[in-house]
Amino acid sequence: MQLFPCPFCGLRDETEFHYGGEAATPRPDGADAPAEAWANYLYMRANPKGATREIWVHVTCGEFFEMARDTVTHVVAESSALGAAERGR
Amino acid sequence: MSARRLPAGGGEIDRAQPIDFTFDGRPVSGFHGDTIASALLASGVGIVGRSLKYHRPRGVWGAGVEEPNAIVEVAGGARSAINVRATMELARQGMSVRSVNASPTAMNDRKAFIDRFARFIPAGFYNKTFMWPEWRLFEPRVRAMAGLGVADPAWTPALRADQINHACDLLVVGAGPAGLAAALHASSAGLKTVLVDNGARPGGSLRHRAGSIDAMPAARWVEATMAALRLKDCLILPSTTAFGLYDHNLAGLAQRHDDGRPDTLWRVRARHIVIAAGAIERPLPFANNDLPGVMSADAALVYLQRYGVVAGARIVVATNNDSAREAAGALAEAGAAVAIVDSRRDHGGGAAFDVRPGRTIAAAHGRNAVERVTLDDGAVLAADCVLVSGGWTPTLHLFCQARGKLAWSEALAAFIPANPVPGVSVAGAAAGTVSLGDALASGTEAARALRAGQAPAPRSTGNENTLAILPAWPKSLAKGRIWIDYQSDVTAKDVELAARENFVSVEHLKRYTTLGMALDQGKTSNLNGLALLADVTGRPIAEVGTTSYRPPFTPTPFATLAGLRGGELMAPVRRLPLETAHRRGRAVFQEYGGWLRPAYYGAGPAAESIRDEARRARQSVALFDASTLGKIEVIGPQAAEFVDFVYYNTMSTLKAGRCRYGFMLSESGVVFDDGVLARLDENRFVVSCSSSHVSAVHARLEEWRQDRFDRKRLFIHNATADLATLTVSGPNAKTLLEALALGLDLDDSVLPHMAIGRGAFEGADIRVARVSFTGDRSYEASIAADKADRLWARLIEAGKAFDAVVIGLEALMILRAEKGYIVIGKDTDGATLPHDLGVAGPRDRRSTEYVGRRSLFTEEAMRGDRKQLVGLIVPEGEPPLATGSHGVERQGGEMRSIGFVTSSYDSPALGRPIALALIERGATRHGETIEIRHMGATRRATISPPCAFDPQGSRLDA
Repeated sequence: MQLFPCPFCGLRDETEFHYGGEAATPRPDGADAPAEAWANYLYMRANPKGATREIWVHVTCGEFFEMARDTVTHVVAESSALGAAERGR
Repeated sequence: MSARRLPAGGGEIDRAQPIDFTFDGRPVSGFHGDTIASALLASGVGIVGRSLKYHRPRGVWGAGVEEPNAIVEVAGGARSAINVRATMELARQGMSVRSVNASPTAMNDRKAFIDRFARFIPAGFYNKTFMWPEWRLFEPRVRAMAGLGVADPAWTPALRADQINHACDLLVVGAGPAGLAAALHASSAGLKTVLVDNGARPGGSLRHRAGSIDAMPAARWVEATMAALRLKDCLILPSTTAFGLYDHNLAGLAQRHDDGRPDTLWRVRARHIVIAAGAIERPLPFANNDLPGVMSADAALVYLQRYGVVAGARIVVATNNDSAREAAGALAEAGAAVAIVDSRRDHGGGAAFDVRPGRTIAAAHGRNAVERVTLDDGAVLAADCVLVSGGWTPTLHLFCQARGKLAWSEALAAFIPANPVPGVSVAGAAAGTVSLGDALASGTEAARALRAGQAPAPRSTGNENTLAILPAWPKSLAKGRIWIDYQSDVTAKDVELAARENFVSVEHLKRYTTLGMALDQGKTSNLNGLALLADVTGRPIAEVGTTSYRPPFTPTPFATLAGLRGGELMAPVRRLPLETAHRRGRAVFQEYGGWLRPAYYGAGPAAESIRDEARRARQSVALFDASTLGKIEVIGPQAAEFVDFVYYNTMSTLKAGRCRYGFMLSESGVVFDDGVLARLDENRFVVSCSSSHVSAVHARLEEWRQDRFDRKRLFIHNATADLATLTVSGPNAKTLLEALALGLDLDDSVLPHMAIGRGAFEGADIRVARVSFTGDRSYEASIAADKADRLWARLIEAGKAFDAVVIGLEALMILRAEKGYIVIGKDTDGATLPHDLGVAGPRDRRSTEYVGRRSLFTEEAMRGDRKQLVGLIVPEGEPPLATGSHGVERQGGEMRSIGFVTSSYDSPALGRPIALALIERGATRHGETIEIRHMGATRRATISPPCAFDPQGSRLDA
């Protein structure tokens, strides 16, 4: 069982988390967004072997956050709260 | 075999406490401290089981966790278990031990004749032979002939296994010299340390091999070290198997208790783990090397030193290395006649024995036990016991589970750890050390990984062990039946056959021959097997490699892993605040989407009770517990903008005090949930979602809030469990509610359909929403869950005057289906878009963004032949359609599905069956009759609008 660092609660067992998808899949708004852009947003994922950035939610505190980890070694590099950059402004 | 107990000696048994138990019904005696295996040996029981496939007689091979042969079933006493290793299980007074795969006893097995046909049943025989006409016709008979142990389906654990989570600095696996040194070093440096050992007593090889540490005899050093560890608060877990190493240094430990307590599962998260699990002795390849009496040389030393049992009277020790000399010497001293057959030419020393240097055993002979051996030079030696040492295989299962890679060592003729793994060290014999001094030093060194200081390692002060191994791998085309895997009954010929048939990958070899499968997972056999494969295929052993190591290291009972998670606790149901009241009302409960809810009330037959509830609900007034409905509050200045985004329908135009029905879509445009949104005031909404969807909807709202909105100006609160919701529905609903005097105006001009008002009941706030899932005038009253009992009692009391009926969920399902009201996930599936349900307005008119919007304008979404929600009417007098039946269309003799029935009931209000269905182009086909197929039978039904009852909706205000 892996340990994930919730930016708000610290290290917790992975059973407390849900996967929220790959990070940086921006949503194209609008009924007329290009079909390809929408399909990419909905379905196309990189599923990388190695380093990856993902969205996770710590179910017990309810916070979504971004986590950088390695899909091969399971080493977690870092995690940060969503929108942390904007809030820093 | 004529093993016997010596009159004295044996450090682990208490001769003052004799023990009696039975083996295959025969009385056996031993002493407190004996394992089942040592007691059987001491009692002269030579045959302890029958082999998996050929039903060959088998005796005890080892003394520990690797035991391939002595697998038994234990009943009675504190612990009942199947497939336990007799070498690991302590003997207890009165226990009943049975052999496995033998009937009636291991000694006289009815199926022993099978061995005479052995040459006709090589690897893969059953699967090849019984393929035609079908394997499953033969499978039961074949399974009955082979296998180990019989599971009792009725067995349930008397007590649930405890499960303990623990965190520490250092976890040491194995309490032999290396493990003790590591634990001592870490504990002394103040680190939080856990020491686990498979055996009942710590010490490992120090309990039976000679040695001297820090000028103390090994046994005394063990006691001194244990005392020091206890003083330093080291957590010591004996009889505990570290069965798995998982991500981020989590170890799974199974602890056995012999006082009747169930096993304990430990989940230990350690900063660092030292694997000091030792090494396992390998058999030597010679014909009939599986005869009872052929035993690991190290095991014989264990039985002698720890249990006072000498393994035979005339013993031949066959070896290719130095490690068996100690056993030979000790057994000779104990009175056995010992001869040594040493495959190394230059190891003839030791005049005390008959030594045959440069010789190997070619074959063992005997019927039910070894009687003599023939050497490769033709010499014959009489023997009732053959002790073998083919070298040592480091126990690296946990290291490999931690993704450690192995490297081949020519000097040790074994695989040893290749690369370091962060957070894990290997020490002692597991790392390939031979001498006691090296083991102690490597243990200390491993603990230093945690910066545990530079205190010196314990020093070996006696004679040091050497190995000087000359590999003795099985070779192809050898004469006779040479066993590679005792437990899975795999011989050298099976391995050669597999290679001939091109199963040359070690993983394929395992699956084809079953080499290394079953309970022992090839702990004694794997290396010999892959060395033979290497020989047959002309590759070096390092290139052949090993199979993957996966947890568990030894069989771990499911009951231990499950702990409390069984029965009701496996997936606990959510319970209604009013459950007790419903039980008093004789509700019949069922689980619906995780909630335990009344299906119907009364002791009568289900179908009639449900029908009666549905009928009476339309007559006067019905009471229903809708507490499971979601009540998720959306609060803040961004709330209106937010609900517009998460709903398909425009919600921001809702006035305070009003409600609106709407859909939530997924980003694929699929209808994810439906429900009523109420606006309590400018900045506060309540999302009422499907009962089984509350947590999913809540998670989705949170995700969008955090992803797209200002978390300081928008809050989501799931108040579902805070409030109970009681529904009053029917023509007399208003009159009944007025009788309760809730302090709010129920007049239709003030509280029309789709409005919400606030009142009070016995001092508690109450929210009354006029929404309807029945098609009748309906009020949903929400009140703090702890006040619901009183409100429910008052409703029932006041309802008596109106012949009120309490209805369960089943009746409600009929009422809503009569109205064509859908249940998401029942009347819709993972492809249903909102316009398939006849709600196209927002898609066509909304100009603002909402979840799933773009997906409603794809080619797929705009197809003309989409499945759409319809009603179905069957010819008069026919019964309801089966839910799940398919509508079909015939084109040139071909039948094609055009949709399916999603809900189907007998409607008491209409006096006929009703059904909802998703049918291709259904919205444009009202009045058309189609074929419905179910289980080979064809019926006909006419497509109608979904709403079958009161299509004008006049009853909402009646």
